[in-house]
Amino acid sequence: MAAQEARLAIWMLLPALLIVASVILFPVVTNFWISFKSIGLGDLRPPVAVIRERVVQAPIKIGDELVITYQVRNSSRERDLSDVVITAKIPEGLQIVALDDIWTLEDRLLQTKFKRWEGGLSQTFELRFIAESKYFDKGIDSRTPTSASIASSSRNALIYSPFTLDNFRKVVQSRNFSRSLVNSFVYPFMGALLSIIMGIMAALLLNKKFRGQGFLRGLFLFPYVSPIIAATFVWVFFLDPFSGTVNALLVNTGLIKAPIPFLNARMTELSILGLSIPFPLALSMVIFFDAWRYFPFAFLFILSRLQAIPVHLYESADVDGAGYFKKFWYITLPQITSVLGTIFLLRFMWTFNKFDDVFLLTGGAAGTKTLPVEVYDNAFGRGDIGAGAATAVLLFLMLGVFMLIYFRLLKEVDND
Amino acid sequence: MTERKISSQGIAVAAVLGIFYTILAVFTWYLSSSLLSKNNSFPSLLPMIVSGIFIGAFAGYCKNRFLDENRVKLYTVAIGLLIGFIWLLLYSFKPLGGESITAKDILGAMIVFPIAGLFIMNSLKDIPLWSISKGHVELMTIRILKAFGIFMFTLIVVFPFFFMLATSLKPRAEYLMDPSNLSVNLFQHPAKLFNGYTEVLIRFGFLRFIMNSVIVSVLTVIITLIPSILGAYAVTRLHFPGRNLLSRLILLIYMFPAIVLVIPLYSVFTQLGLRDTRHGLLLVYAAMTIPVALYTLRSYFLTLPADLEEAGLIDGLSRLGVIIRITIPLAMPAIAAIGLFVFMIAWNEFLFAYMFLDTPAIFTLARGMVMLDDQEVPRQFLMSGAVIITVPIMVLFVKFQKLLVGGLTAGGVKG
Repeated sequence: MAAQEARLAIWMLLPALLIVASVILFPVVTNFWISFKSIGLGDLRPPVAVIRERVVQAPIKIGDELVITYQVRNSSRERDLSDVVITAKIPEGLQIVALDDIWTLEDRLLQTKFKRWEGGLSQTFELRFIAESKYFDKGIDSRTPTSASIASSSRNALIYSPFTLDNFRKVVQSRNFSRSLVNSFVYPFMGALLSIIMGIMAALLLNKKFRGQGFLRGLFLFPYVSPIIAATFVWVFFLDPFSGTVNALLVNTGLIKAPIPFLNARMTELSILGLSIPFPLALSMVIFFDAWRYFPFAFLFILSRLQAIPVHLYESADVDGAGYFKKFWYITLPQITSVLGTIFLLRFMWTFNKFDDVFLLTGGAAGTKTLPVEVYDNAFGRGDIGAGAATAVLLFLMLGVFMLIYFRLLKEVDND
Repeated sequence: MTERKISSQGIAVAAVLGIFYTILAVFTWYLSSSLLSKNNSFPSLLPMIVSGIFIGAFAGYCKNRFLDENRVKLYTVAIGLLIGFIWLLLYSFKPLGGESITAKDILGAMIVFPIAGLFIMNSLKDIPLWSISKGHVELMTIRILKAFGIFMFTLIVVFPFFFMLATSLKPRAEYLMDPSNLSVNLFQHPAKLFNGYTEVLIRFGFLRFIMNSVIVSVLTVIITLIPSILGAYAVTRLHFPGRNLLSRLILLIYMFPAIVLVIPLYSVFTQLGLRDTRHGLLLVYAAMTIPVALYTLRSYFLTLPADLEEAGLIDGLSRLGVIIRITIPLAMPAIAAIGLFVFMIAWNEFLFAYMFLDTPAIFTLARGMVMLDDQEVPRQFLMSGAVIITVPIMVLFVKFQKLLVGGLTAGGVKG
């Protein structure tokens, strides 16, 4: 009975497991595999041998010579081909003059084989024929009279190329790496923090019932559900230094003198009390965008936690004459700390993984590059799949550490 | 009834509130009117403060003097109108550097100051101005902060969407003349007004992309829900070794970053010829949403009583029969919520659509939007596209808000 149930369970879980295993687990393993191989974007298309048949000298009358060349080359510069076979069919009416011994002729079928053909190798073969009367009678294609073809096989680069640690060396030593690494911590940390602060504020604003509360709650969730591509394009547009509304408004009110290139300037000078402080502008805007987009997530969780706080706690505080700020500090905050911790970790991890936001806002320019954008740039910008995979592996390992912390924390919360 | 003295302290407090709310009201008016019409000059601060003091102090005085709250409100609105009138008069004498008065200015003055008065009254509610304690000051501070907070949050949430809608209806030249003016002339010929939309829908093929997005999203929902329902049922109702470990593992997989999957999926799908196809994309979307769907359904199934299902089994239903006839109907709210989420995730997804799709015939809306991000294409069209991709999601969200908010807090959908 138990065994039967277990078997049934496996059958029912099979579709889900199969899809997840093939599209998530297998690719993660593959990513590790690729990170140890030197593979470029071009290697994904297997290399092939290419042949070009050309008539160098065409016969005009019977007895004239026909000279043909075959130009054979490898489509890949680096990778070798194996079992290259050239086949040509000699039509009736052509008589071969002289033949190299690499060729075999059998029943008008001309063939030659090469075990190995090096990457980047290009070679030309010349063949001479005497044209007979039949050549002119039949409608033979005068441009490719022998209709030569070529076959070859190559080994899949993903599988057969040798293992190497070059990718990791390349990634770690690259000029941008330390910048991306620092950003990859600053951006999720500040993004999570700001979105939580905004979430607390929004939750406190909408905690008490009032007219329009339900409407505002729905409204506040808009940034979170809107498509990322629409939200980022809108932000890029209205923050534009030349034609953006925000800059136009700020200049009109006289708050600033010249438009600010919000998403294009790496640094700006902030002058506070006469001191000018360097300020990473584009990175801050990206962080602010994230706070805007993801505060609803924190807001919802905090709001539902706030509404679960027992009323009697506040009532007894009222009796003691505690004010609003005191009540917030001594009752509300301790009640929501555990949920704040969870939200912070979740948001931190998700933002750490986030690619879309930075990519669509700045493309990683102006000092906003993070590890996920670095993965993309390496693999698809520079066409170095191996280096991209190596970056992804580093990212994944760091995420593993965060996950460990998260699950440790989750267990503690569960145990409480 | 105790004797109420006119307290100068109370009136001073009301005046301070008056300054704050008047500035807030004027600023709101200024912002909305400069977004909705031509260039406006920002009113100078001093007249605002003076008007605020007048309205606030008068409201405080009335509140001290009269018992009936409604009467006080009426008086406050009246003084607001009066101040508005004076404001206009001073404007026409131009001591404040104003230009000629338009209908809009009159409307503004007549609306802004009475509303500021109402706000003042509202935040003076339940506050005895004749004997103000420290607690009352704190209460008023909180009310000011709340009003300011709601104003700010509404502004930053609404502005991007308003901007998107407004610029999608404005031709480029008209927008560039004054980027701070987002007003749209709604009374022009519809063909001209909606020019951006017709261009995007027809010339850029967005009609087809809408259909593609619908197809992909609906199919993703189906391909995700069936394995998830079966899996969640197995994990909650059947006993087998490793059950708890599996549940944990599902949650773990949910944390896997998409960017780690992109390179291997791109490489392998290219070699298998799956990359630029719709089923390749569907497979990826299903795999990305199954873990969270399964986990959320599992949590929901755990709250359902198992008795009904057992009764069904005893009555001779097969396992599949039990799931179809009993479990699914019982779990319908959760299934609907998860289905909606999966739909929204698939609809909004950018990374894989961008990496996988090269053939315009199968572009989803998110992929099609990238096409519009081009120097040659006016931003108006880009914004029309943004509205087209956003509106269906917003409609779904508003319509099923209750269902979705419950599901959001239960499952914690990644974003």
